[in-house]
Amino acid sequence: MRAWLFSGLLVLLVGCATPAPDSLYQQLGGQTGITRIVEDMLLRAAADARIKQHFVEVDIVRVRDKLVEQLCELSGGPCTYSGDSMEESHTGLHISRSDFNALVELLQAAMDQQGVSVRAQNQLLAHLAPMRGEIIER
Amino acid sequence: MRRITLLACGLCCAFGAYAEQGRLLATGGASMLEGAAGGGIVPWAVLTGYGEQDEWGGSAFATRVETGDYRLDAGGVALAYGNRLELSYARQHLDLGSLARDLNLPDNSVSQDIFGLKVRLFGDLIYDRLPQVALGVQHKRQRDFRVPKLVGAQRDTDTEGYLVASRLWLGAAFGYNLLGNVTARYSRANELGLLGFGGDRRDQHQWLGEASLAVLLNPRWAVGVEYREKPDNLSFAGESDWQDVFIGYFPSKHVSLVLAYARLGEIATYDHQDGVYLSLQGSF
Repeated sequence: MRAWLFSGLLVLLVGCATPAPDSLYQQLGGQTGITRIVEDMLLRAAADARIKQHFVEVDIVRVRDKLVEQLCELSGGPCTYSGDSMEESHTGLHISRSDFNALVELLQAAMDQQGVSVRAQNQLLAHLAPMRGEIIER
Repeated sequence: MRRITLLACGLCCAFGAYAEQGRLLATGGASMLEGAAGGGIVPWAVLTGYGEQDEWGGSAFATRVETGDYRLDAGGVALAYGNRLELSYARQHLDLGSLARDLNLPDNSVSQDIFGLKVRLFGDLIYDRLPQVALGVQHKRQRDFRVPKLVGAQRDTDTEGYLVASRLWLGAAFGYNLLGNVTARYSRANELGLLGFGGDRRDQHQWLGEASLAVLLNPRWAVGVEYREKPDNLSFAGESDWQDVFIGYFPSKHVSLVLAYARLGEIATYDHQDGVYLSLQGSF
């Protein structure tokens, strides 16, 4: 089922290589906007007592690049996520439900900072929410 | 009652300093009239406060409803653990106003205590495939039974249960988040229990439907509607279903404010009891 969905998504992505002007990708500010959002979120995470321990021993540049790629792809931008699966990249990190929500709050703050509308924020969160099961408690 | 609320707020602040508050803003809901986490007149399947797994959450609230002929004050506290179990206590005080004068009643107010328990059975408000579903029990004890007895109530103490499902759909309302709640309540409480339990017309529990729908304009503001079906156990007066439209404001995980316009219909012979509902909650 997941493989089928994934290939369906790929076909869609190839079919829409040039995003429409009002696409979520554009509303997030394209490549520049998404990069700013991810960097702002990671800076906030590194300073957040609740979750900073999860970012101590990671290659933060790689995390940034892969997140930008992933958000770009999820929002309909011209990218293909090339990182590990969500299960793989979070195994051993023991991300709790609270940690996950804390990062959601920081993502929201970063999107607010970039002036992303509430509706566009909700749309991106709707793409990310189903991934929680593959991220937490691993 | 004021003292209880003040004490509760103090406890709230004390606990708040240690709380982790792992859930997202507004997902603890406000405090509904009976003390459970919810909207105003309808419970939600969420647990009060902001505790996630292995965390505590809690709240204290004060609510006033003015309908012209009546005034209802409610206040209480609730504590939740692990986003799983919620315990609550609330006291309601209904000022009978003109009714007490017109009917020459022995008391000019009635009040009751409500002890509540809610357990999240499965699901999640936002993330899982299934909606969040909770089972609740409310044990209600009437404190001034003379008036309820006079109008036909059969007993001064009763227990009722409810099953409630809640879901937040991200971006579902033209891009805004949509919150839906559906409750099935098994009760025989007259006017929440303020007029006792069971009546001369009917003395059995019955299934009653409740629902609410809210749109989150952003993480801090919600607007919505609520509906609550009510029994009709007493022959001396009709009991109307309740409904309201509300605005909820959640400036932080410590405070929420709900303002509503409620249409409560006929209450103890007086019809058209429409009025303002205002509720303040402190939480952690």
